[in-house]
Amino acid sequence: MIQFVLMVNRQGQTRLSRYYQSVALNRRAALEADVVRCCLSRKKDQCSFVEYKDFKLVYRQYAALYIVVGVTDSENELSIYELVHNFVEVLDKYFSRIMFNLDRVHVILDEMIQNGHIVETNKSRILAPLSAIDKMADS
Amino acid sequence: MSDVVEKTLTALPSLLSLDSQPGSAKLSSTSKLGNLIRGITELTSKHEEEKLIQCELSSIKEQVSSPNTTMMKELMVRTIYCEMLGYEASFSYIHAIKLAQQGSVLEKRVGYLAVSLFLNESHELLLLLVNTVLKDLQSTNLIEVCMALTVVSQMFPKDMIPAILPLVEEKLNHPKEIIRRKAVLALYKFYLIAPNQVQHIHNKFRKALCDKDPGVMTASLHIYLQMIQENPEGYKDLTASFVTILKQVVGGKLPMDFNYHSVPAPWLQIQLLRILSLLGKNDQSTSEIMHEVLDESLRRAEMNHNITYAILYECVKCVYTIHPKSELLEKAAKCIGNFVLSPKINLKYLGLKALTYVVQQDPKLALQHQMTIIECLDHPDLIIKRETLELLFRITNAQNVTVIVEKMLEFLRISKDDHTTIDLVGKVAELAEKYPSNHYTYAPDNEWFIETMNTVFSVGGDMMQPDIPNSFLKLLSEGFDSVEEDRKLRLFAVNSYISLLRGEPGKLPQRFLQVISWVLGEYSHLRADLEPALVLRLLAKLLDMKNCSSETKSWVLTAMTKLCEGGSGVSVAQQVSETYGSSLDTVLRQRAQELQHLSQDSELRARVLPRGAGLDRSLTYCHNLVQVDSSLSFLDGFVSEALAAGAAPYKPPHQRQEELAGTKALSLEPYGLSLPISMSSCITDRQSPTLLSMSSGLSATLKLDGVKRVWGREGYLSQKEPVEEPAQVEVPSPLRSPSQQGEADSFHSQTPSLTPTPESDQEKQQLASSLFVGLGSQSSVCLMGKSEPTTQRFRRKAKGHSTASSTSEQVSNSVISPPSTVDNLLCNNLLDSNITSELAVSSPQLTSRLSQGLAATNGTCDTDTELPESDRKESKPAVIRDSYVVAADPAPHEDPDRPKDLALSSHLPAELSELSHSEITHLCTNQNLELSVCHVQKEDSLLLIVFISNSSDSAVQQILVCLFSGVLFGEEAFTCWCDVVGIVSLLISRVCCRPLTVSTEEYGTMWLAFSHDTKQNLTLISDGQEPLTATLNVLKRRLQLHVVEIIGMEGIVACRLLQDQPCLMHCRVHAGTLAVWLRSPIPDLPDCLIYHCQRALQGH
Repeated sequence: MIQFVLMVNRQGQTRLSRYYQSVALNRRAALEADVVRCCLSRKKDQCSFVEYKDFKLVYRQYAALYIVVGVTDSENELSIYELVHNFVEVLDKYFSRIMFNLDRVHVILDEMIQNGHIVETNKSRILAPLSAIDKMADS
Repeated sequence: MSDVVEKTLTALPSLLSLDSQPGSAKLSSTSKLGNLIRGITELTSKHEEEKLIQCELSSIKEQVSSPNTTMMKELMVRTIYCEMLGYEASFSYIHAIKLAQQGSVLEKRVGYLAVSLFLNESHELLLLLVNTVLKDLQSTNLIEVCMALTVVSQMFPKDMIPAILPLVEEKLNHPKEIIRRKAVLALYKFYLIAPNQVQHIHNKFRKALCDKDPGVMTASLHIYLQMIQENPEGYKDLTASFVTILKQVVGGKLPMDFNYHSVPAPWLQIQLLRILSLLGKNDQSTSEIMHEVLDESLRRAEMNHNITYAILYECVKCVYTIHPKSELLEKAAKCIGNFVLSPKINLKYLGLKALTYVVQQDPKLALQHQMTIIECLDHPDLIIKRETLELLFRITNAQNVTVIVEKMLEFLRISKDDHTTIDLVGKVAELAEKYPSNHYTYAPDNEWFIETMNTVFSVGGDMMQPDIPNSFLKLLSEGFDSVEEDRKLRLFAVNSYISLLRGEPGKLPQRFLQVISWVLGEYSHLRADLEPALVLRLLAKLLDMKNCSSETKSWVLTAMTKLCEGGSGVSVAQQVSETYGSSLDTVLRQRAQELQHLSQDSELRARVLPRGAGLDRSLTYCHNLVQVDSSLSFLDGFVSEALAAGAAPYKPPHQRQEELAGTKALSLEPYGLSLPISMSSCITDRQSPTLLSMSSGLSATLKLDGVKRVWGREGYLSQKEPVEEPAQVEVPSPLRSPSQQGEADSFHSQTPSLTPTPESDQEKQQLASSLFVGLGSQSSVCLMGKSEPTTQRFRRKAKGHSTASSTSEQVSNSVISPPSTVDNLLCNNLLDSNITSELAVSSPQLTSRLSQGLAATNGTCDTDTELPESDRKESKPAVIRDSYVVAADPAPHEDPDRPKDLALSSHLPAELSELSHSEITHLCTNQNLELSVCHVQKEDSLLLIVFISNSSDSAVQQILVCLFSGVLFGEEAFTCWCDVVGIVSLLISRVCCRPLTVSTEEYGTMWLAFSHDTKQNLTLISDGQEPLTATLNVLKRRLQLHVVEIIGMEGIVACRLLQDQPCLMHCRVHAGTLAVWLRSPIPDLPDCLIYHCQRALQGH
């Protein structure tokens, strides 16, 4: 099961976070800092999966941006690793037209992951609701 | 990944303006969020950030409350950002809900998004969203419907589900796939938070599974995965459908846009494989359905891309989870080989993870990859190292434990992560205790054990699980096989600790100091040349240390109390007690007082703290002095008052669970928990029947769980040590035969090593042979960590037993038994059977189960009861207390021409030959032994007779029989067993239940006397008759209860478990259900009977 998705930059600043298990607001910042430290300290040739407390982190780096996913031990790490890439490809497909928006990235993520489970991976279907909203807003 | 994609992706962060790098210039200068982000990025300190955000938040707060805000969406996004950074913005929650309610489409979406980010499931504001959701679900605008369904599938107040459920259900028939898909996901959410609310729409889930759109089908799989996890038996019929779906997906029948890097719907494949492995687990016929598609998946996934490996991993796991098929196992093993040998580090990791999973089924696989494993052990990446240790932990046996523990300790010394340390320390301690000393192998010894534990305590420090020092002390105090060994072990511990205290005790963790003090207090007298005064001085030094916690101080003081004798000792004690006699800490003050008094009165001290009593002292103390009313009957008055005031009657946890799970599938969980009764504790209990009720009650109140009952009123309860005679029972010796050694060697000569320099290669080979020793032989199977959790972790002293045990080897530390299959099988067959006769289970059924159970244990006879041996000709049946189980041993040389059945039945004990017995069924055989079984119904018991015949030429010297009650014998025998051991099981069988004829007056007196009770509502049966009578008649017929009297709407019923142990039932018809109240002197009996009543009525 997926526990959270984080997008952080190299300075360790959170750009996006989504939790699928309730974590108290005041504990999030510390957790995120910890998680980021875990991932940033690793070299390129090292494994993309890290143990953290009683769960695993799957991370992927895109230039200065890190995407980190916290998963339970029973999860298939490699499939999550590829899911991250799928997510990025979706973002790529969508934002080639439009500027970045925190809310829109969230909407896309919500289409892909719900309650810690992967619910949609088909790119066109992920973007369908958002495109519809955009069309409505344009007209 | 192609370079082109890589390039676009590296450009992504700047495109997304997620960074303050030059790319952020692209960020619209008018965007306030952009300004905020940029502002924060430029700050240097946390303090400044806080100031900026607080300022931002107050400005947002001002703007949102102004009536005509047009920028609501933008403000909300900024609030989301602030909250994400950890600054609470609770003022905005209500505005988020308003935005979702009133805004345009995009604003609405942001509103919903903010709500789902800000609020948690139990937040009260969520109720305000219900109306908005209702309105949007009914909207003609599909986008709005879509949004409402999305938010519902993320979070929704549980209590409000009924309000929107019909609308959501309606959407299942919507022409648009996206609406249907989201409706299914919403139902999945409902299932997660309130499964009973969606119970009635299971057929709609099936419809969704068969939906023509693959997306809707995929969504329904989430529900199925969940439901199958909870109850695999209920969905076996869907196996073929799942297989067909997977076949189509693998065969590329889905539209192209479901592909990911030309792999068809990989995550869907993974999901399906997970479902299949749940369905095929321990089920041969179901597994056979999926063999073909698994083969296909393994074959198809040849493309060199991460995602295909992810699928392969899932596939391999599935192949090893379901009923094995050698062809598939071979292919899967090859796959794992490719993984672990891969230069790609992520694949290597996954390969190790797969291997760790797989070696639990087939330890030999580790042999094939031993050189790779050795490489991984030295891998620069700690994660790989850690995963390798995890793998090694699973293949530990008595012969490689030293090397593996050494590797783990090595890792512990470099690990910085607390969580890893705690986990690994626990594992090392577990291994050290499991194989503390084994003199028959190349074994770790006393010194090794103590030193390992020293490292565990030093490294694990105060973070480790508290049960580690506890069980270490217990082990030390209870000892092993021989008195001499115990003495040596304790002496070694004492020596080791004395030298530690002479060193730098200030560096040792508190827990370790506590262990040291206890051990020195108990056992330092073992070292004759050691002055107690010296030990006292060393201990007193601890008290002066700055970092010594008061808990540790009280351990130290207690230890000093045990040691203070002789001139100089007393003066040290006096000095210390003076210092702490005025301590602010009351516990310390008390200990100091004790020390003072006892140091002056050596006679009193000898009485209070007898030497060598160890931990048992406290237990004996409990047993002898403390009278515990385990039934809590003194609370009866309080309970009845509370009930009268309208409180709900107490329901034991398993019942609550059952009710939660609904009526359809009764959770079988509790039985699983109640089953594992360690065999040794059975023996203990059997020998001390007087202790039974008391000790079982004690465990509930005094938290003696995990503490084995070794002391009774009469003193130590001797335990029988399993004795193994390799000639008779087919359990290979754990020692490795030369041929196996050769096999292992040939393995690593085949395995290519990556950088083979001659010396390091040799080193590694040496390491390999020490790590993988014992894996080739079957015995390793027994030694794997597959044992049931309750399996005794280490050997206990066999006090009062023959010396034979001390020379015996403990072979079957763990038993391979797939309890879940057999359990499922048993429960299903038995509980669903509609046999109404007294003989609930006919012999063939029983015996077929027996043989299944035996087959499952690979014919391994486990050791438990030692039957009288030496003179087989006399073949006296060993009658285990109350003759519940009789074992008869026929003479070794059977006449092959005589009919077996007749031959065996002539060996029935005289007192049973009169009674009719069931057909004698042959169970299993090997070249030495034959096993047959039959049963005899008696008024007061069900006897299970096991015939063991020797078919070899040699005379049998010793024979061991182990009855694995739950697994082997099913419900009947299990109840008998539990009866024997005094723990009345949750299972009570119809066979063992007898009517109890009492008058109404007698009933009244008994009712008041019994303390254990349960209340429950049962369904009434009405088949023409008056419902109460009809229901009671069914119970009477099914469960052999005695209906004492029926007065109007009330009835009283009585029964007993075999001879004694009554249970009374009071029934009242109330609001269309039968309210029953059961009472019995036996804890759990009412629960157990109520369960059977439920089953009986349900089956009607």
